[in-house]
Amino acid sequence: MNISPAETLAAAVRGERLALARSLTLYENGELGGEEISALAQPASEFPVIGITGAPGVGKSCLIDHIVQAWSSAGHHVAVIAVDPTSPITGGALLGDRLRMSTADSADNVYFRSIATRRHGGSVPTVVKGMLAILRAAGWNRCIVETVGAGQGDIRVAAVAERIVLLEAPGRGDGVQAEKAGLVELADLIVVNKADLDGAEKTADEIRQALEVATIPTPTIILTSAITGEGIDEMLDSIESLEFNPHTASARTRECLRAMWEQKLLDHPDFDDLLVEVVAGNLSVEAALEKLTEIDEG
Amino acid sequence: MSTPLRIVIAKPGLDGHDRGAKVVARALRDAGHEVIYTGLRRTPEQIVRIVLDEDAGFLGLSSLSGAHAHLFPRTCELLVEAGLGNVVVFGGGIIPAPDHHELYSAGVRAIFGPGTTSSEISGFLEQANHRLGQDELVGCGGDSDWHWTGE
Repeated sequence: MNISPAETLAAAVRGERLALARSLTLYENGELGGEEISALAQPASEFPVIGITGAPGVGKSCLIDHIVQAWSSAGHHVAVIAVDPTSPITGGALLGDRLRMSTADSADNVYFRSIATRRHGGSVPTVVKGMLAILRAAGWNRCIVETVGAGQGDIRVAAVAERIVLLEAPGRGDGVQAEKAGLVELADLIVVNKADLDGAEKTADEIRQALEVATIPTPTIILTSAITGEGIDEMLDSIESLEFNPHTASARTRECLRAMWEQKLLDHPDFDDLLVEVVAGNLSVEAALEKLTEIDEG
Repeated sequence: MSTPLRIVIAKPGLDGHDRGAKVVARALRDAGHEVIYTGLRRTPEQIVRIVLDEDAGFLGLSSLSGAHAHLFPRTCELLVEAGLGNVVVFGGGIIPAPDHHELYSAGVRAIFGPGTTSSEISGFLEQANHRLGQDELVGCGGDSDWHWTGE
């Protein structure tokens, strides 16, 4: 009964679903190392990982359900990693993204995994990057990451996704909100959902105007309604042909480095002990950081 | 921080009463676990798929419609068929005492009715997890005859 993590991973790559589920857990819990993941053969040309992000309640899960339905009926192997927040107090999490995605519960060519942010900051934990590598190596050729509700300053999705779809919805503030810098600048596609509600056109116009004066090429804006189905086909077509945007490459790479650095800090064996010391007042935050970032010469 | 338990809370069958399931999901979250809530009206097949893909070690089934005697054993059976006989299954809702024995025989390890405290459910999870750690087969397909009697 005792199968090693490496054997489990090998079985996952061979296509065993149970082993895949187990491998993702092993990697998330740190029982499968980064080296084993890097060693996985990745398919040569791969559809980019699509990150779906946006404020809480704009309709991320409902729109993903539409994408999953379309892709799975087209015969693709669709994997979704959906992230919900971990309580910073208890460490627990309520993962409720699948309840709006019943497609995920039946089709054999759909794999849906809910994960919690655990100790990581931002809307997506860095561990998702390795989980995606496992899924791809196991033949899941269309991958979607749904972030925790995020907006404005939280660009962590750029560290794990290769294309970013930003969701908006009407009634979330005046035009100045759209003028603010941040996540909106990294989006490869902007979708204004809830087009069945009043004000959706106005929201789209405000974003359009805000982006008009940008000096770099700006993303397409599409109006959709997850309820009526309006705009869904247009959105699907658009996702099909999202191009790599060289203007955001540097910002994305920076976010990736930042995320991996944070992961390294959190994975430090003394992290929890130092945390206790700081909380008890025996150590300053600065001194704790000093200890965590000391270069190990040994 | 220790690794949290992954627990699926599911609503099998045609039963729209999810207040209890949500309260339990919330309580388990507050106890530090990662809880996956399925939403309403899932079939046993769908629930097994969810437990499989989410790699959950525990499954809580909630039923207030009276269909537990069919749905709970059926879910356990399908779990075992899918190679998930090590998953610990517990139930809750409106489940008359005369039905308990049959559910225990089907592999359900605890049944919680109205008035159950969240600390009792936590107590059960700890106890089951402890037994798993001792290699006792308390999953739905395991041969242990243990079930939670409260303590």
